[in-house]
Amino acid sequence: MSDMSVGVVVFPGSNCDHDTEHAVASFPGIKSVMLWHNDHDLQDAKAIILPGGFSYGDYLRAGSIARFSPIMKEVIEFARKGFPVLGICNGFQVLLESGLLEGALSRNRDKKFLCSQTHIRAVNGSTIFTSLYPEDEVLSIPIAHGQGNYFAPPEVIESLEEHQQIVFKYTDAGGKITDEANPNGSLNNIAGIVNRQGNVLGLMPHPERASEKLLGSLDGRGLFESLFLHIAEV
Amino acid sequence: MPYIAKIKVTLRQSILDVQGKAVDHALKNLGYRTVESARIGKYIEVTIHETELAEAERIGNEISRKLLSNPVMENYSLELVHIQ
Repeated sequence: MSDMSVGVVVFPGSNCDHDTEHAVASFPGIKSVMLWHNDHDLQDAKAIILPGGFSYGDYLRAGSIARFSPIMKEVIEFARKGFPVLGICNGFQVLLESGLLEGALSRNRDKKFLCSQTHIRAVNGSTIFTSLYPEDEVLSIPIAHGQGNYFAPPEVIESLEEHQQIVFKYTDAGGKITDEANPNGSLNNIAGIVNRQGNVLGLMPHPERASEKLLGSLDGRGLFESLFLHIAEV
Repeated sequence: MPYIAKIKVTLRQSILDVQGKAVDHALKNLGYRTVESARIGKYIEVTIHETELAEAERIGNEISRKLLSNPVMENYSLELVHIQ
């Protein structure tokens, strides 16, 4: 069987595209293809990843201009058909701006750009992105963002909770969801959410930066592995 | 003759405006005791080549909703000025 393709979108200003490509390509049977923002062809990819960075310099609002890139038309259609789309950090911001996910990310509570190792837990381990994570397992995954403060109106939060769409939450080292463990002020410690259908995930932490022993943590690999297991089964 | 759309985008009151808060603190540190609060937003000017005010207004509102502001966390106001 030939390798399955996973597409990594490259916007002007993306800076985690090659890290993501590197992490993706470390899984057997998977090859990554880089998709330029001006292209229209998803090159037969079975899943699409929107990487971290500062697409279009984060001008106007993070992700707001990338959302109108030519390739996003195809990505939105791909997602609407039920295929998996993963947005990491700036990619999460693009997914929110494009309406594939609900809510918004505003500036971090303490005004600072945060670049540190954080603890998160997959509070919903039944998605295609988290099937290999036990819900009580504390994951050590870095964050690097200035605008990661998740916000949504109360009725949206309620609906996200009702439909188990909150997938990752910031926790302390023991796995407790506390205010002290919340790095950026996100409502209910939300670090990542999925759409109602369950095929579009956005998260602020960077699993691709926790996918190699040399980087100090392998905890991000479970996310990619869950996703690749899913696309191999489809 | 074109119109200039003057668009102001501000964070909704329910969203913590960390930049505004920092400026507010700085003003108070400078001794301006009657300063109550400061909010930071964006000001955008867009030149629109339309002859009819109604059409310029329609475009101004559409671009404000579609791209210039994010209705989840921001409000906008639009003012149109006719260029002679």
